[in-house]
Amino acid sequence: MQTDDVNLKKRAESAASKKAAFGEDFELEKYEEGSKLSKPIENLQTLDEDSKKTLLQVGVVPSEEGRSGSFLVVDNTVSHSSLKDKNVELMSTHKALEKYEWLKDYSWKLVQVDADKYTAKAYLEDADGYFVRVPAGKKSAMPVQTCLMLGSKKVSQTVHNIIVVEEEASLDIITGCTSKKGVEEGLHLGITEMYVKKGATLNFTMIHNWAEQIGVRPRTVVHVEEGGTYISNYICLKPVRSVQAYPTVKLEGKGAVTRLSTIAIAHPGSELDLGSRAIFNAPETRAELISRTITIGGRIIARGEMIANAKGAKGHLECKGLVLGKGSQLAIPILEANIDDVELTHEAAVGKIAKDQVEYLMARGLTEEEAVGMIVRGFLDVGIRGIPDELRNEIENTITQTAFGS
Amino acid sequence: MLKIEDLTVEVNGKTLLRDVNLEVKKGYTNVLFGPNGAGKTALMRTIMGFSEYKVVKGQILFNDENITGMPVDERARRGLGIMMQRPPDMSGIKLKDLVRVASKGKKDPETLAEKLDMKRFLDRDVNVGFSGGEIKRSELLQLEAQDPSLYLLDEPESGVDLVSIEQVGLTIKGLLEEGICPGESCNKGKSALIITHTGQILDYVKADRGYILCNGTVMCSGNPLKMLDEIKNRGYEECIKCRLMM
Repeated sequence: MQTDDVNLKKRAESAASKKAAFGEDFELEKYEEGSKLSKPIENLQTLDEDSKKTLLQVGVVPSEEGRSGSFLVVDNTVSHSSLKDKNVELMSTHKALEKYEWLKDYSWKLVQVDADKYTAKAYLEDADGYFVRVPAGKKSAMPVQTCLMLGSKKVSQTVHNIIVVEEEASLDIITGCTSKKGVEEGLHLGITEMYVKKGATLNFTMIHNWAEQIGVRPRTVVHVEEGGTYISNYICLKPVRSVQAYPTVKLEGKGAVTRLSTIAIAHPGSELDLGSRAIFNAPETRAELISRTITIGGRIIARGEMIANAKGAKGHLECKGLVLGKGSQLAIPILEANIDDVELTHEAAVGKIAKDQVEYLMARGLTEEEAVGMIVRGFLDVGIRGIPDELRNEIENTITQTAFGS
Repeated sequence: MLKIEDLTVEVNGKTLLRDVNLEVKKGYTNVLFGPNGAGKTALMRTIMGFSEYKVVKGQILFNDENITGMPVDERARRGLGIMMQRPPDMSGIKLKDLVRVASKGKKDPETLAEKLDMKRFLDRDVNVGFSGGEIKRSELLQLEAQDPSLYLLDEPESGVDLVSIEQVGLTIKGLLEEGICPGESCNKGKSALIITHTGQILDYVKADRGYILCNGTVMCSGNPLKMLDEIKNRGYEECIKCRLMM
């Protein structure tokens, strides 16, 4: 084990200045390392009103009502961890690594430390984060909520999360990533490794809500075993400087299924480079990758990749982008079949709202503005279908407030 | 109620309608016949105000108001309602929500849908994957919610199976006759302009006047049932000849 650590350290060090494959290259030296000594927060309700609002906007409820547990990281400090649900384990990754010897086999096994300088930095800083585990056959009664917040100006936050859903277990998790009011500049580097065991289900929803000068580099890899299901919904609707993410789902067991949805709005000055990748390494695996993006002045790159290496694999990739006013949309779908008897399809479309759709609604008495609003909402809504109602309502509210609010 | 005067219409620089004159009086149901490509749909969509149809001459009056340059939504608010033959797929918009906004929140989508056997479509995206008959019923459901005073119905019977035709026909009859009490004069009810290719809809709806549109212009008008007989027996060619002889 020790040699493992030495090897990882060497690899990380060698990648310390390795540029990422995509996205703006951030100079890490320009950001101060986030504090590991921020003060703990016993009760999320005691946060100031602005912070509570910030949490709410990313689906994290300060009252913790309707949640199995709550976890908050501010800069590089685990500030809050509470749990109501006996069926779930929730603690910091560091504590979990102390508690469970076996967790070593899960840590830094899916995300490579030397993938780029951001993963290297997170490893070298020994980043902490959340660990969530649901024991075999158990089910989280309500979603677990976690929040990763940039709390100070011009710092870099590094987070390392591990989620393990054991055999036949089920977990809903909402992760809100955001910056405190007044923190307009910073860097968020988030490593997340997820394990969905045989017959298990993980429903992962991530809402991003940053500020105009913040760079965001999530690095996520998911491992799904036989008959397992991984569902992800990613939502990013507010201004941000740059988000570049390319979560990868490895379908490693027969019949494993995944569905990844992305809905995003690029504001002027924002660059969103958002992808999702499914690798079919076992027979009869299924994937659906859906992206619904709108630019209202920023740049969007919607990537999607499906790599089929096993018989009976079936995948569909759908990238749809709207250009409202200025801005640009680039859709890059990649399909790769390395074996016969697979079925991969894709559908990509970028452009403005179809005039005939707008006028169809206007013929029913809606004003042009109302018609466009209804179409845009519907366009994004397709991206988040299939997630629990309660959560969907929250996201729909967020869409209404952020995209259409003043 | 609707008066079209010397209307000439272009789409992408191509003239589709020339010097069209047509009228629908209050409470009247008028029928528009014509061969494929005659410009029937173009006329109807021009009346509704769809922007690809450019009026280069003439005018459209609705309740004595000139609506020629008016946007679609303002026409809708003044009482025009259209049943389209090929409406666009509205991905992400549930039929329930469209019905609700079309009625300005005044009518319950469930109740309206019940009558048209469309309840199970309320949570579906409008027109997405709908069959021909389902599109017609969905359009009628929206129109019923909207409650216009002039119905523009573009081939309500096309692409509908025989069983559904009866449902569509009776629904339209119901919509047009709504509010009429026996013995009252016909101008109490709704007005309509109906495009029909086959005339099947006339088995259900009593039409007052017929027009034949050929090559982008109105060739003649008269008793709709007589016209239909003529068309069935002799085709539209006779009609064109007749016009030439005038």
